[in-house]
Amino acid sequence: MDWITIISTTVKAAIGVETVLYALAAIGINIHFGYTGLLNFGQAAFMGVAGYGLAVTVAVMGLPFWLGIIVGLAAAVVLAIVLGIPTLRLRADYLAIVTIAAAEIVRLIFRSVAFKDIFGGSDGQRGFSDGFYALNPFPEGTYGIGWFSFNHRLLWVLLVGWILVGISCGIVYLLMKSPWGRVLKAIREDEDAVRSLGKNVFSYKMQSLILGGVIGCLGGFVYGLAFASVQPDIFGTETTFFAYTIVILGGAARVFGPVVGSMIFWVLLVLVNGLLSGAVESGIITFMSPVQVGPVRFILVGLGLILLLVYRPQGIFGDKREIAIDAR
Amino acid sequence: MRRAVIAFTAFLGGLIFLLAVPAQAAAPDQGLRGSLKLQGQPVNGVKIVVTTESGQPVKEVTSNAQGTWEVPITDTGKYKVTLDVKTLPPNAEIRGGNAVRTPTVFSGNMSTVLFALQPKGGGGAAADTGTSSFWTQAAQLTFEGINLGLIIALAALGLSLIYGTTGLTNFAHGELVTLGALLAYLFNVTFGLHLIPAAIIAVIVGGMLGYLQDRLFWGQLRRRGTGTIAMMIISIGVALFLRYVFLIFFGGQTESFSQYTAQPGVQIGPISAAPKNFVAMGIELAVLIIVGIALLRTRTGKAARAVADNPALAASSGINVDRVIRIIWTTGGAIAALAGVMLGLSQNLKYTMGQDILLLIFAGVTLGGLGTAFGALVGSLVVGLFIQVSTLWVPPELKSLGALAVLIIVLLVRPQGILGRRERIG
Repeated sequence: MDWITIISTTVKAAIGVETVLYALAAIGINIHFGYTGLLNFGQAAFMGVAGYGLAVTVAVMGLPFWLGIIVGLAAAVVLAIVLGIPTLRLRADYLAIVTIAAAEIVRLIFRSVAFKDIFGGSDGQRGFSDGFYALNPFPEGTYGIGWFSFNHRLLWVLLVGWILVGISCGIVYLLMKSPWGRVLKAIREDEDAVRSLGKNVFSYKMQSLILGGVIGCLGGFVYGLAFASVQPDIFGTETTFFAYTIVILGGAARVFGPVVGSMIFWVLLVLVNGLLSGAVESGIITFMSPVQVGPVRFILVGLGLILLLVYRPQGIFGDKREIAIDAR
Repeated sequence: MRRAVIAFTAFLGGLIFLLAVPAQAAAPDQGLRGSLKLQGQPVNGVKIVVTTESGQPVKEVTSNAQGTWEVPITDTGKYKVTLDVKTLPPNAEIRGGNAVRTPTVFSGNMSTVLFALQPKGGGGAAADTGTSSFWTQAAQLTFEGINLGLIIALAALGLSLIYGTTGLTNFAHGELVTLGALLAYLFNVTFGLHLIPAAIIAVIVGGMLGYLQDRLFWGQLRRRGTGTIAMMIISIGVALFLRYVFLIFFGGQTESFSQYTAQPGVQIGPISAAPKNFVAMGIELAVLIIVGIALLRTRTGKAARAVADNPALAASSGINVDRVIRIIWTTGGAIAALAGVMLGLSQNLKYTMGQDILLLIFAGVTLGGLGTAFGALVGSLVVGLFIQVSTLWVPPELKSLGALAVLIIVLLVRPQGILGRRERIG
């Protein structure tokens, strides 16, 4: 077994691109689910419209990079409003079904042949990240010590990504300490009580949906820029479910819960994958083929989600009294 | 029969994501294929020429004895497929007359290219194709819509009953559907049983697994006092878990049962369909009506509705709530398995087949009203019809989009669904 590769990929996964983008998606979900109690299962759609907003603006319309970012952010806000107006009055399980359906609609439109000229069908779009890498302050080369090194492009993506994660965490921390954040938490605990105090619950929920959606959509940008492409199937329902697993793993309604959750999640996934593939290749495990290693990771995610919710719904850092998992 | 209703490939997306190499999507099993049939009989020896969009030749094939042809393609994109009309049997012609198709090849996907053949008619037939073909098509699509709707209804009924009695929004219900289909496949193809006994065994095993699921898992969670939202998220975990267990054991390919797959179609009025579809629809309708009547008339059925209305009150009036829920889970598992067999019969078997129709099941249940038995039937039929008939105007790849949009609109206008009661909404 190639221990160096296994260890190096695992360590890199702790701060890698997936960790960053899932942390951003999970911070958004934490605002929805953790603080406000909204079961938004359409987070992937927020990432999708942002990634595609950027891609289409730059690659198809030929406009500058920063305009693409603005379009992506605007698209996320618009999606939140369009999604929120009909659904935010619904009960939790209906909200979950509707948001998941809306996310699938968005994905089906992105991958449809009818809109291939705009969104590029199932191949997606590429060639829109030059503007981002033109801002790269790192000269060409590799940075790091030994195997723990990144090329200048990846380093730039990771730097920007972690800055975004930091800013998002700061915003969440400050907002949740404010009276505004207390209203959100009160909505999670008892919507009717908040309403009886004269607060406009719908408006607060909408603000929460927009804020969480915008932070989640940063994950879509990070994906698009890091891999210099977007594909519709990246933004499927399983992406949302992974992000939920991360939030619950780290602990909902905690500022750093999603970030730590994302790091642990990806370290575990990459480690399990490395160990299993290594064991299969070197013949230690004979009852599996290399192709079957991929599904095993999803099985572990499913199993992990079940066990977490059964035995430790508050995750690592959470407080059991603060989890919105009882029916209301 | 039309190929899969929906081509959700979320798994592909997830895998690509995990590999972190987005360009690696090119799976070897992509290309174009089709099957040529004249009034249900395969047509062989027809030359098919595949070129790229700009006219570069890719491959020439001829259809085999089953009337099928296949061209593997490495690069995704648009291709031009031309059927050589001169190689058609003298009594056949292409419906619509256009011998060129421009399909798009997606990565990891076999795209089906349709050339509908029809007998060379006299002058009269050709004259009225313009007006009658729309209605013929509409009738055909209505039939297919009812066919799909009944399958969705079977799955939706189980989901709706389980929701009604336990409050669980089960995201793993699609996997119960897949399970039924794969169990039937196991007994049918691996063990060599005929499909009918294999299907019966699959339904029985599906029911048993439904019972065990409640006995060993969901029932225990209820006893622990797990909230319904927590259970809903747990069901997502269960769905992920089961789906990829299926992938490991079944593989990612598409399979079909060993009987009744390429059944020649029969023409009834404007509708052409394989006889299996009529039998399947009969069975589906019978099961739906039996379960519906059982809910209304039998003691257990009445008890189930009482539990759905108010579990505490039902328990205090002497109903064994756990027993009722267990019966509901057994029934739900069995009819979900039946839905899977029927879905596998009318389309193909794939490890994501249940997941692919899960949102349509939800749409059917929500449309009819969560927790009502006949609501699930009515809602699912509407969804099935809507999906198929809408292909008259929208491209087939977007047909389930309409159903999902209807789901959202219904929740806006009448959140309790067609037959639901006002109290069930939030």
